[in-house]
Amino acid sequence: MSSEKVLPFLFILPSIIAIAIFVYGFISWTGYVSLTNWTTLVKDLSFAGLKNYAFLFNDYRFQSDMRNTLFFTLFFIVGVSGLGFFLAVFIDQNIRQESLFRNIFMFPMALSFVVTGVVWQWLFNPSTGVNLLLERLGIESLPRWYTDTTIAFSFPLGSIEFGLPIAMIAVVIAAVWQMTGFSLAMYLAGIRAIPDEVREAARVDGATEMQVYRRVIFPMLMPITVSVAIIMAHISLKIFDLVYAMTGSGSNFVTDVPAMYMFETTFRGNNFAHGAAIAVIMLLFVAIFIVPYLIGNRRGD
Amino acid sequence: MNNALTPFRFRRVFLYASLILMGLVFIMPIYVMLITSLKPIDEVSLSRMWELPTAISFDSYQYAFERLAPSLLNTIYLVVPATILSALFGSLNGYVLSKWRFKGSEWIFTAILFGMFIPYQSILIPLIDFLRTIGLYNSIPGLILVHVVYGIPITTLIFRNFYAAIPTSLLEAAKIDGTGFLGIYRHIVLPLSISGFVVVCIWQFTNIWNEFLFAVSITSTGSQPVMVALQNLSGSQIVHWNVQMAGALLAALPTMLVYVFLGKYFVRGLLAGSVKG
Repeated sequence: MSSEKVLPFLFILPSIIAIAIFVYGFISWTGYVSLTNWTTLVKDLSFAGLKNYAFLFNDYRFQSDMRNTLFFTLFFIVGVSGLGFFLAVFIDQNIRQESLFRNIFMFPMALSFVVTGVVWQWLFNPSTGVNLLLERLGIESLPRWYTDTTIAFSFPLGSIEFGLPIAMIAVVIAAVWQMTGFSLAMYLAGIRAIPDEVREAARVDGATEMQVYRRVIFPMLMPITVSVAIIMAHISLKIFDLVYAMTGSGSNFVTDVPAMYMFETTFRGNNFAHGAAIAVIMLLFVAIFIVPYLIGNRRGD
Repeated sequence: MNNALTPFRFRRVFLYASLILMGLVFIMPIYVMLITSLKPIDEVSLSRMWELPTAISFDSYQYAFERLAPSLLNTIYLVVPATILSALFGSLNGYVLSKWRFKGSEWIFTAILFGMFIPYQSILIPLIDFLRTIGLYNSIPGLILVHVVYGIPITTLIFRNFYAAIPTSLLEAAKIDGTGFLGIYRHIVLPLSISGFVVVCIWQFTNIWNEFLFAVSITSTGSQPVMVALQNLSGSQIVHWNVQMAGALLAALPTMLVYVFLGKYFVRGLLAGSVKG
């Protein structure tokens, strides 16, 4: 390092040290705790091997969490990116009051997941809210939303019924409501960055407006779709506050997620080794998405 | 032909109808919160949930405010210093990582960025141990420390992208004139940073105000931020829905106001958060 670069380096050194300790050091420590017998309030750091992981993979609650996370992630990504894309295309049509619409679709982003959870808990309570509206529309068999314990299209897998937990749909709707603004903003920025000549050229070639979006604009927005999907995947893999405030684990763990299990087992059950193991698994899932994304972004610079 | 719906007009009608319908769905929760919070207690019944109140009462706000006031104050003590400190760190880091790159600095930047995406569960157990050891567990200064440290990745990222737009030739000229690292920062970079600071401060303010996991696991009664208090308020059976909705609105008001008045910067922060921006 040349002498003129020593001073700049010294200025970011505190941040580097902080991140080294608080991110990488703490992750390593959590990894170590996950391999110990620390399952009560009394700190026990004796080595236990992979016992805690083996326990989790055979655990009914953890298997339910995996199933719930899978469906939550899937519907959340499709919901946020699909709705965000269509709203962006609609808003792009030279409409009046454009900023009003944009603001309406994006304001939930300014709210806390706790607020979202509190409100949607009431809206999706089977005896209130949305169901009262559906009742007035003459719908007879009202959905039981997050209190529904049905697992649709299920078959036995491990110790659980694998399939779509109906109760999760309510949580996904609340989450999509909150996060659609993000993909809308991303897509709108992307659409606006496409030069008019590109559309003009497609129109001159005889493409209808629909075809312009489907054949030209949507493919050009592919990098944005990938970014949105990755960011939504990482949010859904660690979602906690929304579920905690809205439904909790649900009966038979139909709305439970790994973050809930980790929190309860660690801070209510004082089972630190199991909590650490759940945390490590969560980190690995997030890393699968994020590490290639970060490296890809770095290359793009 | 005049009154008929031509394809073009049909498309416009469909467009506006869809947007208005979706818009109504999106503001519905706010409508319900607002009307419920303004209802006197005898009107808060399930069957009349969607109806406007016949009389407006602010009792629920008074009650919710009394319950939330101490934690609202905690959140303010938390969010102001944490936001300012993390913006300062981000600014310096962004300046170094965009204008004073050194061998390996790109890898350091990527390694820092990773901290933005980790599930905080994966650092929570050692973090709490650490805070206990240094005597900051269950305290607002402890939460400030946590938010400043874990805010470094995002604030560094936003400032780095922001400073990348400042022409390097400007800095080179200053260097030739003999201005050093700090001089360039103070006289050139900092004066150009105002909108960068606005974006970062809004982003950090909103995130820290709304944060729940650290708040609920690091603090207990007395030092709880508002989101934990709101969750406790709605978790208790004796509190009525009008009070819960008033509480939710009170807790959400500051970030909503930021969004209404500084929405442009809010969105910029949002887009910057997706790494490329």
